[in-house]
Amino acid sequence: MKKALETWKKEKYDRALKEHACGVQAFTTVSGRKIKELYTPQDISNLDHDRDLGFPGEYPYTRGVHPTMYRGRLWTMRQFSGFGAAEDTNNRYKYLLAQGQTGLSVAFHLPTLMGMDSDHPMARGEVGKCGVAIDSLADMEVLFNGIPLDKITTSMTINPPAAVLWAMYIAVAEKQGVSPKVISGTIQNDMLKEFIAQKTFIFPPRPSMKLIVDTFEFGAKEVPRWNTISISGYHIREAGATAIQELAFTLRDGIEYVAWALERGLDVDEFAPRLSFFFNAHNDFFEEVAKFRAARKIWAEVMRKRFKAKNPRSWWLRFHTQTSGVSLMSQQPYNNVVRVALQGLAAVLGGTQSLHTNSLDETYALPSEAAVTIALRTQQIIAHESGVVNAIDPLGGSYFVERLTEDMEREALAMIKKIDEMGGMVKAIELGFPQKEIGDSAYWYQKAVEQKEKIIVGVNAFAMEHEPISTLEIDESVARHQLARLRTIKKTRNAGSVRNGLRDLKRAAADEENLMPHLIRCVKAYATLGEIIDSLKEVYGEYQEPIWF
Amino acid sequence: MPVKKIRVLIAKPGLDGHDRGAKVICRALRDAGMEVIYSGLRRTPEEIVQAAIQEDVDVIGLSILSGAHTVLFPKIIRLLKDHEAGDIVVLAGGIIPERDIPKMKKIGIAEIFLPGSSTQDIIRWIEDRIGRDKSRRKK
Repeated sequence: MKKALETWKKEKYDRALKEHACGVQAFTTVSGRKIKELYTPQDISNLDHDRDLGFPGEYPYTRGVHPTMYRGRLWTMRQFSGFGAAEDTNNRYKYLLAQGQTGLSVAFHLPTLMGMDSDHPMARGEVGKCGVAIDSLADMEVLFNGIPLDKITTSMTINPPAAVLWAMYIAVAEKQGVSPKVISGTIQNDMLKEFIAQKTFIFPPRPSMKLIVDTFEFGAKEVPRWNTISISGYHIREAGATAIQELAFTLRDGIEYVAWALERGLDVDEFAPRLSFFFNAHNDFFEEVAKFRAARKIWAEVMRKRFKAKNPRSWWLRFHTQTSGVSLMSQQPYNNVVRVALQGLAAVLGGTQSLHTNSLDETYALPSEAAVTIALRTQQIIAHESGVVNAIDPLGGSYFVERLTEDMEREALAMIKKIDEMGGMVKAIELGFPQKEIGDSAYWYQKAVEQKEKIIVGVNAFAMEHEPISTLEIDESVARHQLARLRTIKKTRNAGSVRNGLRDLKRAAADEENLMPHLIRCVKAYATLGEIIDSLKEVYGEYQEPIWF
Repeated sequence: MPVKKIRVLIAKPGLDGHDRGAKVICRALRDAGMEVIYSGLRRTPEEIVQAAIQEDVDVIGLSILSGAHTVLFPKIIRLLKDHEAGDIVVLAGGIIPERDIPKMKKIGIAEIFLPGSSTQDIIRWIEDRIGRDKSRRKK
């Protein structure tokens, strides 16, 4: 085999390539990984079927966490959505559910993401712009009005104030007569990737980690069907990371959370089954599929061997995927539909549990209803027309994909080891390590595009003028509406309950108690998000990022 | 007489923390020989204008992806004029809907670079606009 391959390469391939050199010379992935001309059984000579792949639903889960995968149940089609006031977003949710979407995913506006009320001076110009404005439980009640929380699962992209928004969700469910034991969904609640990549932070890393472990502890006992974290590579990739950096940093973040929870004295099998993940589906099709497969295998081994988890559910890496926002182009925006379809297909072939497909207009604004409908239809076409759901892990066994999976696993493990040696991810972040690695990759990629080593259709090749597209506009009337509701709440609530709630919250934070019961009490008294976060800032302080580039 | 370098402040107004674009621009301008100051995240219009004046920059590059440009850009331009610093050239980049571009240019944003822009185009634009004046300037 080896000899025959060498002969083929020399006498057939190299000779033919000289005659047909087509201009694409590098043959690298979007992450700069070199790809060979041909993969053969030789490339997977180390692969042991039972040890490295196993059957779907069996350790190490390389081929999928469920034995039936999409034959049993399709992935959840979950479009990330939120804009304007709670009423606007509530209408969009009802529209999406009517169109066949199967779960909700809340996008909050930036003041909420930063733990500020809509009347904060820094909120000027931001209210309702890149998500829905939520200041208090009153807004949250409107957001989920008429949506049965015992039937619909909800994912909330919220990080520094995740515990507060979760408390609001629990309170809304209770008002609908739905017990916390029944509700299901996810809070993103992943602060490590915020310090690394997305930069939405309030408190310093250590108290941030404390709050997250509070949610693990509370969730395991009181909200058992809730995913208390979505350990996210998405934003790491968007910030410029390569596929390997996304994979390694995300899994090392996961290890850090588990380590901190064990430090608190939690039992690994109590909280680990509720850890979930969130990855990016970028342009390079096979590299992405391999990344998802490698992620499942590494996590299963980490949980079983490193952390001695015994419950197989603790070994599962369940993940949500979003197609890559940075890969969308403002030039010839309809081309984005095609990019999204390919990326969504990679996520499905990688075995994702839920999927958000981006809308074609997102380089300009939040998606219009027409654009988000095409994005959802793209998922439905993959699910119902393409046939890719019929067989489980259909790319398994491909010489190329198996070899890529193995290479990515090895490289990610080396990076994980490097961060272990630095003393863990919190330490690495304090040293600026992942931030600098990502910054370097982002700059490398930009230069590769400008030197046309990487071709982007419609940008550095095949460029042409395009007609402007119509996009969603959110004007300042949303802010007026929101500020009016905030004023009403502050006037009509029981000021004494708010004061006492916040006082006890601060004391509990100082005493290092689990804050979840206090947060639920505060939100039920209609204390605002800003009031709650300001109280906690008094105890925890605020994070200042070192300025560098 | 040595040529004075073009000085640029890259600033992040608004609440979003997306700094990939801003940092790539910082590095590209620095590699092109400019003096680059980066503001860090979530700066108010007042902080940005003050930094620009204190650092005596020729250009401010505003990077924003939150949608708050409609409120924050006019405020930054107004504050610059109030501080008699209206000669500083202000550029912007990020997520800016096409319909907002004429409005932003009308209030005094000199140019807007959308996603997909080349750093080389931005460098050339700045050099064309500032370079020639710069060699004639004081010191």
